[in-house]
Amino acid sequence: MAIRVEHLSKRFGDFAALDDVSFAVPSGDLVALLGPSGGGKSTILRVIAGLEAADSGAVYLDGERVDHLHARQRKVGFVFQHYALFRHMSVGENIAFGLDVQGMAKREQKARVEELLHLVGLAGFGGRFPAQLSGGQRQRVALARALAPSPKLLLLDEPFAAVDAKVRAELRRWLRRLHDELHVTSVFVTHDQEEAFSVADHVVLVNEGRVEQVGRPSDIFEEPESEFVARFVGEVNIVEALVHGGKARAGKLTAAVEGVADGARVRLIIRSYDMKFWRDDEGGIGVVRRIIPLGDRVRVEAEVPGVGDLFAHFPRRSSLLRGVEPGRSIAIEVTRARSYPLAGPQTAAPDDRMAALEPVLHATNP
Amino acid sequence: MASFSVLSRRTLSLASEPLWVRRLLIGVAVGFLGLLLVLPLGVVFAEALAHGVGAYLRSFANADMQAALRLTALVTGIAVPANVVFGVTAAWLVTRHEFVGKSLLTTLIDLPFSVSPVIAGFVYVLLYGKNGLLGPWLLAHDLPVIFAVPGIVLVTLFVTFPFVARELIPLMQSQGHEEEQAAMVLGAGGWRTFWRVTVPNIKWGVLYGAMLCTARALGEFGAVSVVSGHIRGETNTVPLHVEVLYNEYDFVGAFAAASLLALLALVTLLGKSFAEWRVRRATLALETPKR
Repeated sequence: MAIRVEHLSKRFGDFAALDDVSFAVPSGDLVALLGPSGGGKSTILRVIAGLEAADSGAVYLDGERVDHLHARQRKVGFVFQHYALFRHMSVGENIAFGLDVQGMAKREQKARVEELLHLVGLAGFGGRFPAQLSGGQRQRVALARALAPSPKLLLLDEPFAAVDAKVRAELRRWLRRLHDELHVTSVFVTHDQEEAFSVADHVVLVNEGRVEQVGRPSDIFEEPESEFVARFVGEVNIVEALVHGGKARAGKLTAAVEGVADGARVRLIIRSYDMKFWRDDEGGIGVVRRIIPLGDRVRVEAEVPGVGDLFAHFPRRSSLLRGVEPGRSIAIEVTRARSYPLAGPQTAAPDDRMAALEPVLHATNP
Repeated sequence: MASFSVLSRRTLSLASEPLWVRRLLIGVAVGFLGLLLVLPLGVVFAEALAHGVGAYLRSFANADMQAALRLTALVTGIAVPANVVFGVTAAWLVTRHEFVGKSLLTTLIDLPFSVSPVIAGFVYVLLYGKNGLLGPWLLAHDLPVIFAVPGIVLVTLFVTFPFVARELIPLMQSQGHEEEQAAMVLGAGGWRTFWRVTVPNIKWGVLYGAMLCTARALGEFGAVSVVSGHIRGETNTVPLHVEVLYNEYDFVGAFAAASLLALLALVTLLGKSFAEWRVRRATLALETPKR
């Protein structure tokens, strides 16, 4: 089922939860609504499902406008963040609920429930109660319940947020496989970029009630259209710089930029892997502060006068790391940077958690 | 394992008061309970049975006593179901909807707890009495309220009004709205959602509230006393009848009736504890750690 969302807006008092949101999802796609918490992703999902009404705008399912339809008439599957399993019903009764509503005969219901239990890998669990299941198992029951009436559209609200990291990775792979098997158009909400990029065909990046960018994961990663996207996706360094002759300068740090006029002030966004550090006792422009092993990668943090702190990731045994030790002087080459004009309102930091992870620097221009 | 338990016991004793302090506090609590609760309860049964089981049972054969029992049963039988319906509706409104005057409604639900029952009774007399606001019209249409059964039912409804709602509002708030939304998205109508999703989740809470309500409806004295008119065999409920018998020095009768009320209260209390235990279990099931 194809989805088209046009100009959705919704306010809660003074707060604009959705601000002119438009995007389309082709039939059979698996799409992630990605963005920081409180950015309106879940609200979009709930408006599509009919659990909430937008103040203005329209939702089309397979070309048909559905705004006037009650949630129970839209025939979509919805998986709630905290599962919302019927706690007094067994797993089997939970899954059968939607079938019973449709008036399916008991015998057929039983067969369909068995089929779904097999599909989600919980055969033999039909008689258990939700309270007796682990988080990951409950999530799969919630999915089976949503899929039971064979919806043409499956909506998942932060489906893996409430399970631990290992189970989450497993559920992701499993959701992707399930989607490849069933081809049900699916939209899921997540604030975890890795989750969005590893599972989805397309990603809709949402921030502060607006759609920032829509595209394939690789497009969003390689061609971020706004500073927000560039900052949100991946781990980045942020440096303010002055452009002169096709080069942005901050202290002794330089980076090539394209299509920016001389004299313009820009904010440079440099990915953690778009820099080279090497030891240079004479011509170095920074000093190594910390070296943090991260399994297969190493994170090197350096202090650069006139810029602030920068960090970069290197493969564990990279030849570039030879002689790079805390306190040593290093040269820095920026292999790739994106620049965004500094004039105009600043885009807010993605969210508190992200801000805490990233060194958001506001180095002064020399 | 052994060393662990030794350690934990020592930590426990280190963290708590000396033995004699604990003994003293427990002693005071038990003594207090005994004087205020157990002893009076014992006296009720002792006095009721003072002239033997025969006299005890005979006092129930009295026609006025039977009328009082029937009236109390009738009043409770009306008040409790009405309270359940009102309580569920009010809790559903308060927890599932946003509307103007919501906080006013929650305050009004609490009103009977803060108003003395006697005052409530007087208000009803002023409203429905012979010289009251609506009284003359009601009397003209042969619908007596004050000094009649309808008045007793009304004041009992008033004093018991918060019980079910007060129990359900926090329960339904903690359970949230999502299960009902899940049912809705699966295509279930309001009626099916209510009976198959809402009711099973709140039934023990309803029962708990209904138990409290029953206990109060059976035992209400003040408000009922004001509006009943104490007409023997007609408008005397059991608590009022106890007073009448006591004033007439019929101690066996008075204490027999009182013992029946006490017994019913004990049974209600047991039922309440059971319902409470089930409510706690239902809440726990909800809060099991997410993994």
